[in-house]
Amino acid sequence: MRGLFRGLVPVCRKEFLHIVRDPGTLFFALLIPILQLFLFGFAVDTNVRQIPTVVLDESQTQESRRLLESFAGSDVFALRSYATSPEGLYETIRSGKARAGIRIPFDYARRLQDGTTATVLVLVDGSDSTVAGQAMSTSTGVALKESLVRVLPDGTLPIEVRPSVLYNPATRSANFFVPGLIAILLQVMIILLIALSLVREREHGTLEQLTMTPVAPLGLMVGKMIPYGVLAFGELCAILTVMRVVFLVPIHGSVFLLLALSAPFLLTVLGVGLVISTRAHTQAEAFQLAMGTILPSVFLSGYIFLIENMPLFFRGISQLIPATYYIEILRGIILRGAGMGELWVQALVLTLMGCAAILVAARLFVKQGAA
Amino acid sequence: MTAIIAADRLTIRFGAVTAVSDVSFEVAKGEIFGFLGPNGSGKTTIIKALCGLLTPSEGTGRILGMDIRKDAAEIRRHVGYMSQKFGLYEDLTVAENLAFYAGVYGLDGERAEERTHEVQKLTGIEPYMKRRAGQLSGGWKQRLALACAIIHSPEVLFLDEPTAGIDPVARRALWDLLFQLSGQGVTFFVTTHYMDEAERCGRVGYIYLSKLIAIGTVAELQKLPEANPAGTSRVQIDTANPSAMLDTVRGMAGVREATIFGRSIHALAETDGLGALRAKLPQARVETIEPSLEDVFVTLTYQIMEASR
Repeated sequence: MRGLFRGLVPVCRKEFLHIVRDPGTLFFALLIPILQLFLFGFAVDTNVRQIPTVVLDESQTQESRRLLESFAGSDVFALRSYATSPEGLYETIRSGKARAGIRIPFDYARRLQDGTTATVLVLVDGSDSTVAGQAMSTSTGVALKESLVRVLPDGTLPIEVRPSVLYNPATRSANFFVPGLIAILLQVMIILLIALSLVREREHGTLEQLTMTPVAPLGLMVGKMIPYGVLAFGELCAILTVMRVVFLVPIHGSVFLLLALSAPFLLTVLGVGLVISTRAHTQAEAFQLAMGTILPSVFLSGYIFLIENMPLFFRGISQLIPATYYIEILRGIILRGAGMGELWVQALVLTLMGCAAILVAARLFVKQGAA
Repeated sequence: MTAIIAADRLTIRFGAVTAVSDVSFEVAKGEIFGFLGPNGSGKTTIIKALCGLLTPSEGTGRILGMDIRKDAAEIRRHVGYMSQKFGLYEDLTVAENLAFYAGVYGLDGERAEERTHEVQKLTGIEPYMKRRAGQLSGGWKQRLALACAIIHSPEVLFLDEPTAGIDPVARRALWDLLFQLSGQGVTFFVTTHYMDEAERCGRVGYIYLSKLIAIGTVAELQKLPEANPAGTSRVQIDTANPSAMLDTVRGMAGVREATIFGRSIHALAETDGLGALRAKLPQARVETIEPSLEDVFVTLTYQIMEASR
């Protein structure tokens, strides 16, 4: 057993020395994820509010103004500009100055009084599907409510739906996105650091020297993983602090469990970094390969798009991405206060993935020593 | 003689390419064995195979009596390796580099300290212990690399072009160290392209196109029949302007090879034609000489090139 990990302690000690000898790299490695957290944490807001809207009110009556107030009151539409002709209305949307347009025809008030159906045209720019969807459902809602109020003499609605949002009552985007972002930021940082560290040794010829010593492949691999694992844990704590203090995202579950279940994820990405480093011959190559892991982790892990909505093939792929499981763990603990009972599967999958990655890396490394 | 290093019909193939073909040799305890050959001739591959890093396609080898196919891990504990790349961590200090290699070779605290002290004294690196390896000059880097390679008191040292790109003074200093270690019973396997370095070695092997084509002491190689074909003589032609004369000499009937050597021309000529050669070069002094090591290898290489044509 000792022989399997021979050389672990000196490799680990030396790797710590490399880290402290290069404070510049260390500083940026730790700072950049925090900066990105600030950047993306503030920038990403998927809730649609205040869609810039252009209005063509041909009716110019008390009734039409009442309807527009209703739209404005929804918080979804922001009535920004007024057009004087249908062409003007279209032009404002086409030029991008507004993303929605409301046209109230000149006979609006008369038709309401006659008891015939009054038609209101709502134009929506469909280039952003989220905005369009929100605009359409809100406008339908506004129309329905206005109609009911007119039909029911005493103004009381027979049914009222009271949606109650669990776990993230204010439906704040930060609560949903920041926990996922943690996985992405940690992954990028760790894969890059560890892959570059091994490839640097290859470039400098020290790896060749090491292969001539009794160091065991697993001793080398695990010896390199420990310092970067420690670094990653420090970074995780810093990110969680920023999340809690700056973005005010409460952690509903146990912080201790969160840290404990982060270990298998860190193990996996460290292993992936090592596998990359056995395939790359130069630091530039390692960098490219590391960057290649980011996009699938962003788009197929459930970080942005719901896995349930993906075609079957991509759902399968998402199950192979470590970030998928870690994001479930993060959201589970932070947002829903989930415990080990709900998350043991994810933790187990990540642990298995991590061990597999390390064994694959050690295997590839041995084979490569021959080349 | 009990061989410390033994290669027995070693053949190593990478796919369709044969990197080492049927190489056999033995190196005795305390010997400095020089291994010469052009780049890509298979020198490094042989070292990797002997250290158990590559499994031979055919044949086998033994280091200190251990089988390179089976005992690779054990062999590496008793063997030191230094390449022209040195394998030093430039951001670590001299002391940290030594401590790292001591740890990697599994020396415990006391033994590590003792050995660090010994290699420090041997290589004279003591005053630089706190300096970063990257700030050392080439010669000192090389000494540190040697110190790291011998920290575990190996019985066998493989040096792969250890003096490439080092100034002559540092080169000589390194050779003095090697002789000192070989006097203590360390066995050396040194690859090089420098003829003068090869001449320092007790015995020399010459590898060309992955085959070992000559092996022996320098004196033995100089007397090799292949290097001194029957009916030819090796001559030194001293003349006022050797470079102007070289083409003339090469064009003469009976001259097989000619090259400039310092201020004279060394030629391999048919002994019968020597009279005619002297007659054509009245101002030059023509003397028969022993071939140099370089002459021997060039002659052998030409013969192989001609045979393969």
